[in-house]
Amino acid sequence: MKILVCISNVPDTTTKITFTDDNSHLNNAGVQFILNPYDEIALARAIELTEAENGTVTVIHVGDASTDPTLRKALAIGATDAVRINAQPSDAYFVASQIAAFAKDKGFDMILTGRESIDYNGAKVAAMLGELLDIPSVSITKKITIEGSTGILEREIEGGKEVLVIPFPFVAGTAEGVADWKIPNMRGIMGARTKPLVVVEAVEVNNLTKIIQFETPAPRTSVQLVDAGEVDKLIDLLHNTAKVI
Amino acid sequence: MSVLVYIESAEGKFKKSGFEAVSYAKAVANQLNTNLVALSIGNVADDDLKALGNYGANKVLTVNQENLKSFVNQAYAAIISEVVKKENCEIVVLSNSFSCKGLAPRIAVKLQAGLVDGAISLPNLADGKFVVKNNVFSSKAIAFVEITSPIKILALMPNAFKLVETSEQALVETFDYQTNESDFTALIKEIVKASDKISLPDAEIVVSAGRGLKGPENWGMIEELAALLGAAVACSKPVSDAHWRPHEEHVGQTGITVSPNLYIAIGISGAIQHIAGVSSSKIIVVINKDADAPFFKVADYGIVGDAFEVVPKLIAAVKAFKS
Repeated sequence: MKILVCISNVPDTTTKITFTDDNSHLNNAGVQFILNPYDEIALARAIELTEAENGTVTVIHVGDASTDPTLRKALAIGATDAVRINAQPSDAYFVASQIAAFAKDKGFDMILTGRESIDYNGAKVAAMLGELLDIPSVSITKKITIEGSTGILEREIEGGKEVLVIPFPFVAGTAEGVADWKIPNMRGIMGARTKPLVVVEAVEVNNLTKIIQFETPAPRTSVQLVDAGEVDKLIDLLHNTAKVI
Repeated sequence: MSVLVYIESAEGKFKKSGFEAVSYAKAVANQLNTNLVALSIGNVADDDLKALGNYGANKVLTVNQENLKSFVNQAYAAIISEVVKKENCEIVVLSNSFSCKGLAPRIAVKLQAGLVDGAISLPNLADGKFVVKNNVFSSKAIAFVEITSPIKILALMPNAFKLVETSEQALVETFDYQTNESDFTALIKEIVKASDKISLPDAEIVVSAGRGLKGPENWGMIEELAALLGAAVACSKPVSDAHWRPHEEHVGQTGITVSPNLYIAIGISGAIQHIAGVSSSKIIVVINKDADAPFFKVADYGIVGDAFEVVPKLIAAVKAFKS
């Protein structure tokens, strides 16, 4: 079994987000970049599924050389090899098109992404890949098991779940529950240095969207405390001032 | 050229987030001085289709075939793209629900259309551009996204746009569509409804509790408060990790992101990963016995007090308010 896992390189959750160039770009100074947490779940599940049948897990990422440590981390966790498409990931369609161009003739049984990246939170790449490769896609997957060359996937729906049976190949965006996070061990970290990391040049793709500016949301006005003995006052505030009940 | 809105239905009924999408799409159509076409896929009753006029639809198209009763993203994306071409639509609006997250990107690829997911504003059309805002960096920032393609897709964030009632007379027509067998390779084996509880992503009010509740046996009062307020129940990550509550209720960075009008957090300290999933809530109320809990920093209203004392009082106060 051959699995491709798409990973992105994102600012750590605890990072303070600021912008430069007239609020048009993320200010990278002092930002700690990490492997996107949802992509780590995808990678963990891919490793579990291939361990059982001696398969391979390739990780792919669209970015410049500064993101190589994130790919090495994925190799340390247990990916077989890594591919970096050498380009700035300018929008979801650009990224999905690059990955589809690489994957289309490689015979992957399954392509996994995180359900979303924690930077742009778009949740778009999985379904775009499915459409570009003309194969089924499940965007928010809670569980993946395999029977022969068929996947049994649980998808999150409002107020429940849906169970799907999908023949290989397919794309799935993984959410919490698919696998537990894996922490690389010393052997993995040492081995990651010598595993293959191939750099591929990008294909030409036009963006469909462009972020022209960022703003930080207005901070909430400081909290208005209500005495624990006067909960009626809270109800009054929620009804008459905030008008939410 | 028209605006097209796709309204999601489940078991023959439209969802509230779908009506919000119609109201929003009507506002976009008004900005562009054009008409609004609504599309329903699945077996929705005629009266319900016609009622979309009340939210501004000028025309309602329905595709009602046996194999389309349940959501199949490939087939639905093919239908919507076909309607866009036949009706000469330039803008597609849908809600940013779990299903539409698997649908909108497929339509975007088919139509080479730029997509803004989780739109929180109407488009700004100044200088001949088309710019829509959405939340990024787990709601730590807002992006102004320009769509540069001729066809544009907007997936509306739940609770971001109020329902607006109008009185258009909507004409209902059946849209004939020949489905393609290759769009049905993913088979639905079963649909499991967790319960009849209010679904978390759509909820206008969410009552959420954390480790401060001390154990799963103490959730009765949380459920009672939620039921009184018509709210969905949620929890923090440590609670679902400890299996006190199901994973479906976990809100936060790796769980569900919610954007209700009112979020009430009880006994949750407010780790940054939790706040990332709730910070686009309109009003946040925090109840915690630790006055230094970080959650108070992002709250609108707070009560410093023990959940086991405050929540029963709150239940009594809500009962009194409701009567």
